[in-house]
Amino acid sequence: MKKKSLSKKLTASPYLVWAAIFIIVPLIFVVYYSVTDGNGNFTLEYIMDIGKYKDVMLNSIWLGFIATVISLVISYPLAYIMARSGANVQRTMMILVMLPMWMNLLIRTYSMMILLQDTGIINTALSWLGIPPLHMINTQGAVVLGMVYNYIPYMILPLYSIMAKMDHNLIEAAEDLGANKLTVLKDIILPLSLPGIASGFTMVFVPSVSTFYISKKLGGNTFSLIGDVIEMQFKSANNYNLGAALSLVLMVLIIVCMMVMNRFTGEDDDGGVLI
Amino acid sequence: MKKLIIFLLTLLSLVLFSFSASAYENEEFYKGLEGTTINVFNWGEYICDTNEDGLIDVNAEFEKLTGIKVNYVTYESNEDMYPKIKNGGASYDIIIPSDYMVERMISEGMLLEIDVDALPNYKYIADKYKNQFYDPDNKYSVPYNVGMVGLIYNRTMVEEAPTSWTALWDERYEGKILMIDNPRDAFAIPQKILGYSLNSTDEKELSDVAQMLIEQKPLLQGYVMDEIFNKMESGEAAMVPYYVGDFVLMQEVNPDLDFVYPEEGVNIFVDAVCIPECAQNYEAAIMYMNFLMDPEVALSNALYIGYATPNTGVLEHPDYAEMRNNEYLYPSEENMPDTEYFHNLPQETLTMFSELWSDIRIHGTDNTHIYIGFAAVAALVLFFSIRKHIIQKRREYWYDKKD
Repeated sequence: MKKKSLSKKLTASPYLVWAAIFIIVPLIFVVYYSVTDGNGNFTLEYIMDIGKYKDVMLNSIWLGFIATVISLVISYPLAYIMARSGANVQRTMMILVMLPMWMNLLIRTYSMMILLQDTGIINTALSWLGIPPLHMINTQGAVVLGMVYNYIPYMILPLYSIMAKMDHNLIEAAEDLGANKLTVLKDIILPLSLPGIASGFTMVFVPSVSTFYISKKLGGNTFSLIGDVIEMQFKSANNYNLGAALSLVLMVLIIVCMMVMNRFTGEDDDGGVLI
Repeated sequence: MKKLIIFLLTLLSLVLFSFSASAYENEEFYKGLEGTTINVFNWGEYICDTNEDGLIDVNAEFEKLTGIKVNYVTYESNEDMYPKIKNGGASYDIIIPSDYMVERMISEGMLLEIDVDALPNYKYIADKYKNQFYDPDNKYSVPYNVGMVGLIYNRTMVEEAPTSWTALWDERYEGKILMIDNPRDAFAIPQKILGYSLNSTDEKELSDVAQMLIEQKPLLQGYVMDEIFNKMESGEAAMVPYYVGDFVLMQEVNPDLDFVYPEEGVNIFVDAVCIPECAQNYEAAIMYMNFLMDPEVALSNALYIGYATPNTGVLEHPDYAEMRNNEYLYPSEENMPDTEYFHNLPQETLTMFSELWSDIRIHGTDNTHIYIGFAAVAALVLFFSIRKHIIQKRREYWYDKKD
């Protein structure tokens, strides 16, 4: 039915070239390195080796998951309120959400470190008020906090854009038919916003699982996430093959997680709402 | 009129100052490469980069003197630097590895030969730093700095002054101990405690050492390198094994800090300037090497970095007298600790090092809560998909009935 014209193909070509060079080729390299040894001979040794990194991988996925859920819980009401506010308020709130993203990730994380340290700003303030200091830095909680802080805009934005597009008449119709607030939320707003939840989930979950800088600075480097281990293989251990094998396995695991996620959201689009 | 005089005076002093500032030896040595570029790859915090207090901003001065543009990039450890040179893709003209890394790079043919006799300032290098084990014929390197590793601690945060490396395993300081973040230096500490050689290739000894580091992990605040400055100066951490030269600088900021060479013995090292095989501007690298040995430049570096220097021109300089008398930097005979150099190790041992190091780093806490968490999430997922399935079936049933 739709036959692409030459001009259409031409307009798409810059991106296709880009994708080929910077996405496909690197992926091929990752696969190549993960199934060869240092001398370029075929081996599955490194892929088999990942059993050793099982705990680290699970821990990374778990922390990434928690960070994503926390981001969702915080962002959902905020996105709803934003979408229902006047144009000026929306604009201001949008700038506030985007503001931290104008700063470099490294600087944001470093400043978190200065806030959370035992001799940091929060604890200094607490001690002035006579409250005993809280130990925050170098814990898993600090790492999750860092992930939420850094990636929450990626959750808010898709949620906001889907809620702003939402047809308000549906909500009013439901209320006219006697639905209470909870029912409206459960049966109208939630199903309608599922695609936003799905894309927000992906955009927070994937970078959180594979992060390395945040865990290094806020986790004190004493417990490693899988991103740290991969970074170490490339940066100082000089073991590209193991690093590539770990990346490959991590990629597969993330794809599996995303597929589970999509089972819920994908079908519900036409299933739950329209009937 | 008055303004004009002041202006002229300022101009005059500027001219005079710039004359006095460019008084380097053998200036003609640095001519002829104007407009080229040199890529320098050095440790972080390892060169004087300020003009304050009469110091020389080394790279800026080199550019001014030679007309060569300096691209300056830093690394955190020998182990970070090595793969970048080994795997190519980057081209550096100057690197400053430590002794054992120089030895390794020579054995792998990664360094270019130099003729030290052609370097006019080589005469300033003290004899005891020539013909060292890592470069017996002085064919590949000139010494840059000398140092030892010791224990830096905060006097106000420890109950008694530590004298042994075992203080780093003391449970009283849980959460206040920092550990150095590179395998060779980190392994060296248990090696000394257990009385092993720093250059041991024995598998059993190395796994004993790794075991000790795993036991230490729960007590640690973190593994760090250049961040040590920040954490020790602010009193965030109580103790850390690190290089003595850096201690000298930290103590200037936080006078509560103190230093000890633990009784079990310490690592001594020489960092040396080399030209890697990937160099593209060999002649400029030779000039840079010579420039670093100029007594004025070396003095600035020695004052700014705080490490002990192999440069006799600096050691005899009156401006260096205070540091020369620093008992930590230049211990007298009777206070000199037992020292041992790192040597290059065979490839199997190096592989074992990096495997053990990665084991130590991933050795984690109890993961049961994660399994429980994942089980709960899986149960929820299962519950909702079954529920959805039932609802769908029920709907289909009702539709069929209507038809």
